[in-house]
Order: sequence, then structure tokens, then C-alpha cells
Amino acid sequence: MSFLNPSAAKWIIDAAYILVAFLFITGLKRMSSPVTARGGILWAGLGMVIATLVTFLAPATGVGHGPELATNFGLVVVAIAVGGALAWWSGKRVAMTDMPQMIALYNGFGGGAAAAIAAVELYKGVEQPLAVGTLAVLGGLIGSVSFSGSGIAFGKLQGLIKKSFRFSGQQVLNLVILAAAVLHGALIATGAHATPGVVTAFFLLALVLGITMTLPIGGADMPVVISLYNALTGLAVGFEGFVLNNAAMIIAGTVVGSAGTLLTQLMAKAMNRSLGNVLFSGFGDTGGAAGGTVTGSQKPIDANDAGVMMAFAQKVIVVPGYGMAVGQAQHKVWELAQLLQHRGVTVRFAIHPVAGRMPGHMNVLLAEAGVPYDLIADLEEVNAEFETTDVALIIGANDVVNPVARNDKSSPIYGMPILNADKAKNVVVIKRGQGQGFSGIENALFYLDNTRMLYGDAQGAVNQLIQAVKAIG
Amino acid sequence: MIDGVIAIYIFMLAAFTGYEVISRVPVILHTPLMSGSNFVHGIVLVGAMYAMFEASSPLARVIGFIGVAMAAGNAVGGYVVTERMLEMFKSSGQKKPSGGHP
Repeated sequence: MSFLNPSAAKWIIDAAYILVAFLFITGLKRMSSPVTARGGILWAGLGMVIATLVTFLAPATGVGHGPELATNFGLVVVAIAVGGALAWWSGKRVAMTDMPQMIALYNGFGGGAAAAIAAVELYKGVEQPLAVGTLAVLGGLIGSVSFSGSGIAFGKLQGLIKKSFRFSGQQVLNLVILAAAVLHGALIATGAHATPGVVTAFFLLALVLGITMTLPIGGADMPVVISLYNALTGLAVGFEGFVLNNAAMIIAGTVVGSAGTLLTQLMAKAMNRSLGNVLFSGFGDTGGAAGGTVTGSQKPIDANDAGVMMAFAQKVIVVPGYGMAVGQAQHKVWELAQLLQHRGVTVRFAIHPVAGRMPGHMNVLLAEAGVPYDLIADLEEVNAEFETTDVALIIGANDVVNPVARNDKSSPIYGMPILNADKAKNVVVIKRGQGQGFSGIENALFYLDNTRMLYGDAQGAVNQLIQAVKAIG
Repeated sequence: MIDGVIAIYIFMLAAFTGYEVISRVPVILHTPLMSGSNFVHGIVLVGAMYAMFEASSPLARVIGFIGVAMAAGNAVGGYVVTERMLEMFKSSGQKKPSGGHP
């Protein structure tokens, strides 16, 4: 690295980081419109490549020294190759339906990396200005929580952790752990007791906090939680950027921190719940006990009858939910929709903001199947249309179409905006069995007089519907 | 460290930028955008590299190595899944002009 003098190398790195910040922001901006979204990730990706490459010039600016530098340089290359290759391999082969947990996993890695940076700084044990120490500690705390929390979220979505562990006094325990972590952090930040033991205790407490915070949260709330941890990781990266005096990290981290916070709010709002409610109420799979009882019975329907009903309808609205993702039924659903269209039926897809396990989860799956955007409507757009709809076809959606949210004040989901599928003349619900939804709340829609249940997994049931419609000729 | 007041300015402006960039995003892009922003904080790789270059103890080297590997995983994995998701939007976007309406 002797071919560059330190100030020239520094200049190149600084200039490149400004370009990188520009590329990231432009990339994110482009990603927020369907037309330019594809290009957006390329811009951001180019920024990441530039940032990584110029950072290899850092040793020329006097970062690191002595015989150890060559070893460290080699280790950086090996670490990037190992981490990058594993992520590339897993990211390429994961099924589209498993995307949410992969995002959780990669996000956890980012949080872990931010915590690792903080750990390296703090284990040095050197006296730092209070502001630097505080930011390093905050970034370490947030990064660690995001790391272990995202790991739990991954485990839950992947089905590795099936239960939500909950006991009374859990929130008190979380508060105690948080307080202990903050106390240790304060000891470190003020430089009073930045011993390796205290630093280790601090990180362990933070990691445990991430676990105990996430374990009680039910699966239905996972989108909000992943989004929150995404924002937290961004914030942690931004804080560590201040510590390292690295403009690219500060800007990219902070932008993600605020954008992620907004995204989290949008999601929580769609569920009509505050973020605090999501984190602390333990909703998600305890709701079964609450809420009024639903009377009546579920009336099954045969696939042939349901197929005929739709084939001779004027208008059909398809409401996909997590069941469609689990059954990998999106291609079949689109095939069915096209068959109906050829018969002159107007088909629309209605997507609830929190259908599935991520906001936009259903949109991604339908896009994969090739459904054009203009057939896809969101909540506000489509709700008035149900009254003029002949058949609402619910595919593996549950809570997002539960009319209890509109009229039963005792229900935990009361007040959540829902798709008014119950207003359609006929409702056909494809469902695996008679069980309850992810929230554990009984769905009044299933018991209405105009509702018929088509039991089976989403793909199989839709396939039967396709055969039924084809048989009509 | 960047001078205190300037640091706060950068923080504030970056925060506004993030908010503005996302405030008008359609629901259809929420998941890809979350994935995309997940990729962007993979920039932590740069910081992990600095920490690793400067590592002078075995402990710092171990933590640094894990940090760089995880950061690279965040960046590469984030890119791959975002790209795969957006790839689908391309195909359906191209179909859009030719319709789908009978």
C-alpha cells in the first residue's frame, strides 16, 4: 500500500463514501416505485461494492500497523469470502415463501456485526470521550438485541420455535434485564469500569434481552417485529459510524433507521395497534380466550359447486393470506383467475396490509406468479367493492377478514381495519381445517349464512377449483 | 469523531431523508423495500473491516472476524433476496402493458 500516500488514500475513501451515500439514497428512492424498483437495488448494490473496495485502501491511511496488518488484511478477505458465500448460497436457494425469515436472519447478522464493532472498541478498554463511549455502548446494546431478537424471529418463522413462552412478570423481567444492561453500559461509557468482565456482562445482558423480548411475541406480529429490528440495526450501524468516524455508515445507518421506523409504524397502524402493544401485550396467540363466542356452524362446500359458483359470477375478489404462501398456491391462483377472466368474470385481488407474515408478502407472491399490478387492490380501494361482488374467495386468510374486528368490542382485534369480505354475496373460504387463525381468535366470517368452507391445502383446493371451472367448458 | 454539532446535523438530515424516501411507498413494495433497507445497513461491513484492520489482540481478531463475516452475510444475503424479489416485479411489470384483462 506504499504506492499511495496517506492523504491521497484518505481523500479517495472520503470521496467514495460521499458517492456511496448518494447511491444508497437514490437506490432506496428508486425502490419505492414499482417502475424503477429493479434499478434501485442495482444502484445500492454498486454503492456497496464501491464502499467495500475503497475500504481496502484504509491501511494506506495508517489504519492498523506492524506485522499484524498483513494477517488482519488476509483475515478480512477470508471473512468476507466465507460470510458472503454462505449468504449468497442460502439467499439463492431459499423458497420465495421463506423470504421473511431470511430477511430476519440477514438483519440479525447486521445487528451482530454492529455489536461486534462495539465489542472490539469497548474491549480495548481505553478512555474515550463520553459521547463516543455512549454511542459505542448504545450501538452495541441495540445491535445485540437486534441480533438475538432477529435470531428468535427467524426460529419462529422457520418453525424451529413453535411455542410462545410467556409467564407473568415477563415484562418486569425484561425491564430488569434492560436496566442491568444500561447500568453496565453506563459504567463502560463513563470509562469508570470498562474492564473486560463488565463489557462481557453488558453484551450477555443485551443478547438475553433480545431473546426474552422476542420469545413472547406471537407469530402474527412477526412482520412488525422484523421491521422494528431492521430499523434498530440501521440505528446501531449509524451509532457505530459515529464511533468510527465513518460518514457512509452514519448516513446509510440513519436513513435505514428512520425509514425502518416509519415502515414499522405503517405496519402497526394497519393492525390498529401501537408498537408498544405489539411488543408488550403478548397478543398473537393468546386471543383465543378473549372475544365473544361465535354461534352457528361452518358449512362445507364441494370444489365443483364452488367452481360453478365462481364461473357464473360477475365479479370475484380473491383474498390471499398466509395459507396461500404455505401452500405455494400463487401460480395456481393466477391460473384460476385467468380461467375466470376468459369466461368474462371480473377478477380482483384484495390485499390486506398485514396479510401473510410481512407487509407486501402477498404482493411479492402474486408478482412471482405474474399477476399484473392493476388487478391488485389494497384495503381502502377495494372495501367498497365487496357489496357488488358475487364471490369473495378467501385463500388461507383469517384474521384480516374477521368481521369481529368491526363489531365486537371485547375482541383483541377490535378496531383493526379488515377487508369486508363478509359483505360479498357469497364467500368461499379455502382453509386447511377447522382450527383458528394465527391470532387464535374465532372467525365469525366462517359461520355466516353466505359463507361456505372448502377444506384442503391452498394448492390442492385451488387445483380442484381449476378442474371444476374447466369442466364447465 | 466528527464535531458534535455537525454530527447532530448529519444525523437529523439523514433521518429526514429516510423518512421522506419511504413516506410515499405503495404497500406492494413494502417487503422488497424492507429487504432493500436491510441490504443497505450491510454497510456495517465497512466498519467491521476497519475494526479488523486495527485488531491487535487475539480476542479483537476473533470478534472482528465474526463481525466481518456477519456483515458480509448481511450485505450479500440482503442483496440476493432483494434482487430476487424485485426480479418478479420486472416480469409482471412487463406483462402489464399487454393486459390481463379479457
